[in-house]
Amino acid sequence: MIALLQDELVKKRGWLKESDLLDYFAVAQCTPGIIAINTATMAGYEIKGKTGSAIATFAVVLPSLIIITLIAAVLQNYINNEYVVHAFNGIRAAVVAIIANVTVALWKKNITSVAAGTIFFVALLLLTVFSFSPIWTIISGCLAGLFWQMFLLKKMQKRGEK
Amino acid sequence: MIYFLLFYEFFLIGLMAIGGGLVTIPFLVDLSGTRGWFSLGELTDMIAVSESTPGPIGVNMATFVGYKTADILGGIVATFGLTLPSFLILMIFSKYVMKYKNCVTFQNILFGIRPAALALILYAGIVIAKLSITNWKIACFTVGFFVLQYFFKKSPILYIALGAVVGIVFRL
Repeated sequence: MIALLQDELVKKRGWLKESDLLDYFAVAQCTPGIIAINTATMAGYEIKGKTGSAIATFAVVLPSLIIITLIAAVLQNYINNEYVVHAFNGIRAAVVAIIANVTVALWKKNITSVAAGTIFFVALLLLTVFSFSPIWTIISGCLAGLFWQMFLLKKMQKRGEK
Repeated sequence: MIYFLLFYEFFLIGLMAIGGGLVTIPFLVDLSGTRGWFSLGELTDMIAVSESTPGPIGVNMATFVGYKTADILGGIVATFGLTLPSFLILMIFSKYVMKYKNCVTFQNILFGIRPAALALILYAGIVIAKLSITNWKIACFTVGFFVLQYFFKKSPILYIALGAVVGIVFRL
């Protein structure tokens, strides 16, 4: 995605600076919502204000809307076909493998400290044992981040006192 | 009022899914249980289609689930619901976010959210794995695909295509 945006918006059209685009991408990853939509909204805003933002967001969603609707409509008619059933059983094996690989990659990227690991296991415990919903799990993560901040501040104060 | 419910659920997902399209999956696993609009098996197939078509996976999932639940208009409403929070938040706050993106509190909140989001993905993955791996043959191929992708890092589409071929050939 980022490579495509660089090509189109920075090199071809000259609408954005490369550093801007990287900033948008960084912000898009840590604000709520789908990263591609967030990036499009910000890039559109920078180029042509609110209208630009609305148009860019609409445009980034439209291909999915059309393609997926078509596929879903066609698939409905064949979902009981013997070959389609076998194909999807195989595909499900691939989907599980893909999710497992994403999990491993995210683990390597994000669980780099004991604190992060603790938050991970507590979140998993909340999900499995206490049947937390995804929304409450994310909110708990948010609170854990705030507590971590308070802990770090206290630590710094103590060091200051010494 | 199915359209209103679809909009509401996807608006929530758009608001809470921080860090990419895959984070939408645990929310959808949860939705399958609470609303019963689609089964987990259907969800797994939707993930496969969304991963192997162009476009952000989160948006693809919203369109697919919406269509499955309430036809074409359902797809449009769900996609709109997913998009709206991002759009509103960034329209109003993007200037502040830009200014404070290096702010310590903001970084620390993310430090807490990321492991929680990862736990969500792992949990959803386990739910989907339990459902998909119904016999030894499928288990072997799952491990095989995992190892192949881990070492060769090709795009997901390749493995989904491979999965379809293997499924037909070995009558999984």
